[in-house]
Amino acid sequence: MNPAPSQTFTDGEWHHLHPLTPLLRGGIAFIAILGFVVYNLRDIGIEMIVGGGESGQPDPLIWLYESEFFWLAVLGVFVGLVVVIAGYYLSWRMNTFRITDEVVEVRSGILFRRNRKGRLDRIQGINIARPFFARLFGAARLEVNVAGQDANIKLDYLGSGAADQLRVDILRLASGTRVAKAEAAVEVEADAERPAVARSAAASQLIEARMNEFLAPELDPNLAPPESVVTMHIGRLIGSLLLSGFSIFVLAFIGGIIWGVTATGSLIFLVGLLPALIGTSSFYISRFTRSLRYSIAGTPDGVRIGFGLLSTSNETLPPGRIHSVQVNQPLLWRRAGWWEVKVNRASTSSAKGAAGQQNTTILPVGNLDDVHKVLALVLPDLTDEASAAVLHSGLTSKGGDDGFTNSPRRSRVYLWFSWRRNGFAMLPGAVLLRQGVIWRQLTIVPQARMQSVALHQGPVFRRLRLASVKLHTVAGPIVPSLGALDSAQAVGFFREIADAAIRSSSTDTSHRWRSGEAPA
Amino acid sequence: MSERIDLPEIQWRRVSPRYIVVDVVGYIVFGLIVTAVPVVIALAAGIDWLWFVAAALGVIFLVTIVLTPRRVRAIGYQLRDDDVLFRRGILYQRFVAVPYGRMQLVDINRGPLARALGLSELKFVTAAAATGVTIPGLAEADAEELRDRLVALAESRRAGL
Repeated sequence: MNPAPSQTFTDGEWHHLHPLTPLLRGGIAFIAILGFVVYNLRDIGIEMIVGGGESGQPDPLIWLYESEFFWLAVLGVFVGLVVVIAGYYLSWRMNTFRITDEVVEVRSGILFRRNRKGRLDRIQGINIARPFFARLFGAARLEVNVAGQDANIKLDYLGSGAADQLRVDILRLASGTRVAKAEAAVEVEADAERPAVARSAAASQLIEARMNEFLAPELDPNLAPPESVVTMHIGRLIGSLLLSGFSIFVLAFIGGIIWGVTATGSLIFLVGLLPALIGTSSFYISRFTRSLRYSIAGTPDGVRIGFGLLSTSNETLPPGRIHSVQVNQPLLWRRAGWWEVKVNRASTSSAKGAAGQQNTTILPVGNLDDVHKVLALVLPDLTDEASAAVLHSGLTSKGGDDGFTNSPRRSRVYLWFSWRRNGFAMLPGAVLLRQGVIWRQLTIVPQARMQSVALHQGPVFRRLRLASVKLHTVAGPIVPSLGALDSAQAVGFFREIADAAIRSSSTDTSHRWRSGEAPA
Repeated sequence: MSERIDLPEIQWRRVSPRYIVVDVVGYIVFGLIVTAVPVVIALAAGIDWLWFVAAALGVIFLVTIVLTPRRVRAIGYQLRDDDVLFRRGILYQRFVAVPYGRMQLVDINRGPLARALGLSELKFVTAAAATGVTIPGLAEADAEELRDRLVALAESRRAGL
């Protein structure tokens, strides 16, 4: 009943989604209704066998069973069921997709037809989510993110293996390699996989295959070289949750309640405690389980971020799709030496990130080693020794003569503590902005992704002979800007960035990252 | 003691002085409407201190209007080989450089008054919302020529996002 995972979808023909799609989409509601009916039928059954047992409340189903409309109702339910099933079947029939060399296209809708096309060279990322329920059935939801708001192409649901294969194929097509190569590779893989997935033989084999799929590690070890993989450390995950701003809020709340009880002597304040307790613990638990199997790895077709314990999800960001990167360290994490990494990207995915935040947080928590590994993955041009040293001083240095051009001494009236550290550096292909001595922060903007650059000076800065520089990237959690620079240096920096932006964008080919490779 | 930031090597192209009229009239209309609100309330409800609010608003708008010619003269732009440079502001100065390859589209807007004076406004849109480059007060023919030239330049230097 499942399509073979090795089926190729990239042949330019129209394909259907997984046959269980209607069930999985309406899954929860369907089970809830079924549960209600079964529960009531059980009552009827008990009543029929045992007899009597009149309860005060007339049950709607029992009432119906005893009334003369019973058969009419059964007929109605039956007709309704047929209509619903036919509707689901039709919507499944009408929901087709195809992948050509240029576009991903989806058609859907029965009465109101909807057709959505996305250009492969505009793909910003591919997301594969496997909600717990869908995972039981070996299905996955694939989402192709194209630049823009609400510009995602959803293929829900596909067979689990087919989704993985499709991701590889789409990225291969998008990468700019010749189609011939892609097709040949798909053929080989398909042949290799076919005997292994001879699942139709017996039901037990099917269940076994499902079990293996279910228990398999979230990240396929063959997918990425192990030295590039960053995984989550459990102790660090727990620590980062406890040392978060939310925990401070919780402590303040508990303190407030204790104060309320002791000061007034009435226990009325305890009423609020139970719902708050349930809320906070579910928050912690969901964050914990989601981030538990977190991994970020470099694959040939981009950075893969995967996470999830029961419901798993993974996202692949092809090279050249990251518009800026920010590494920051909240004050509470400082002693432990933990950092968080965020990115700006051109698309907005409906899927959430590992910690339930926006999926722009690509590393929820990690130590300095992890940060350097992640930066090497998302900014592969900055992996040489000299760049790594500048990145390192960008993160931990207190300031001074360390490769960065910092704010002048007179800016200390504006930046009380951080004026020594507040500065910029240019690396080949990227601009680095370093800020904050209490909340340390390093923003890295690839020059080839920069949209424009601005230089600002207001009246206060003019008196102090200071100016600020802003880099404009696509909208996201990061707003790269640097204030209180020496005005002459700021003007020079502005000129330099404007030149660099032009140079890099004309030579940049990372959005077609494999176009240089010769076809096999 | 104070030192303005500047890019001395750039020959700035300025916008049409007729744009001063557009801006002044716009501020007068807007100022009258905003100032009328506290005046009407003060008259209707007899709240005396609202007169001070109205007076303060009136003074703010008056200063803005008086400074308009200087502000308009401070707007400048320059098409360089690979990017467009834009500046505006006297007290709060802002310089922006937008590479041609980054332009997603170029908009031409005409308000009723600007149209009567034969002026247009050119707006550059990139993938970043913060770019915010709008050149007001261009002669209609200039604006259209500029737009066509920019679109052609953007096409020849097209890059990915």
